[in-house]
Amino acid sequence: MAPNELSSYLIIGAILFALGLFSVLTRRNAISVLMGVELILNSANINYVAFSHFGSGNTDGQIYAIFVIMLAAAEAAVGLAIVLAIFQLFHTIDVEAAETLKD
Amino acid sequence: MDVSTAVFYLIALITVGSAAMVAFSRNIIYSAFSLLGTFMGVAGIYIFLGADFVAAVQVLIYVGGILVLILFAVMLTHRITDVQITNRSAGTIPALIVVGVLAYLLIDTALETPWVKAKQIVYEATAAKIGDLFLYTYLLPFELASLVLLAAMIGAVVLSRKEIKE
Repeated sequence: MAPNELSSYLIIGAILFALGLFSVLTRRNAISVLMGVELILNSANINYVAFSHFGSGNTDGQIYAIFVIMLAAAEAAVGLAIVLAIFQLFHTIDVEAAETLKD
Repeated sequence: MDVSTAVFYLIALITVGSAAMVAFSRNIIYSAFSLLGTFMGVAGIYIFLGADFVAAVQVLIYVGGILVLILFAVMLTHRITDVQITNRSAGTIPALIVVGVLAYLLIDTALETPWVKAKQIVYEATAAKIGDLFLYTYLLPFELASLVLLAAMIGAVVLSRKEIKE
């Protein structure tokens, strides 16, 4: 682990991905699930920028990182609007309560 | 150990520690505020990687936009005076096993693979290069992204407004 090695950044990305996936898998609160998705997107971004810095040497990886940030903003806006709509309908944001489509 | 290495360890610790708070905290307010530490830590990692523009964008959009949005959603959907567990988890043990195995595989891959290295690593301002790439090579995805953002904005407004009963 050192700041001038590629693998240290990949390890940080892997740990962030694992924590985000844990959040998505176990949380029953819809907003917490969205927070886990944000962690996963951040870990992917770290990998993009690290490979762009150490591997290719050009800035194309940073462009992809900016696109991911852009789409994360769109996802957060629509996702949280859906969460608010679910709260108005069911008066809870437990993801197990919103199971009307099952029937 | 020189100063930059120490700062790198500190930033990595803040990032991973507050991400763990997000994943394991039993109160959703603590989870939401821990996300701030993760986003700022990731911005610091971008600066270590010589990506100054991406770090600025990270602070502006994630901390200034998405985090505020998440905090608003938390405040709008919970009664703040409630102090009991607001962030229930289920199926923790199987999820821990799956996630642990996955993290082990990823870290092992990162350590064992002989990654292709660039000839020399350069540190320079990236904003001008990124602007050129957006307006020449990636012009079509750039315009499509603006369309996606417009659609998301309209969709969010339509989804969250109240239906007026006639």
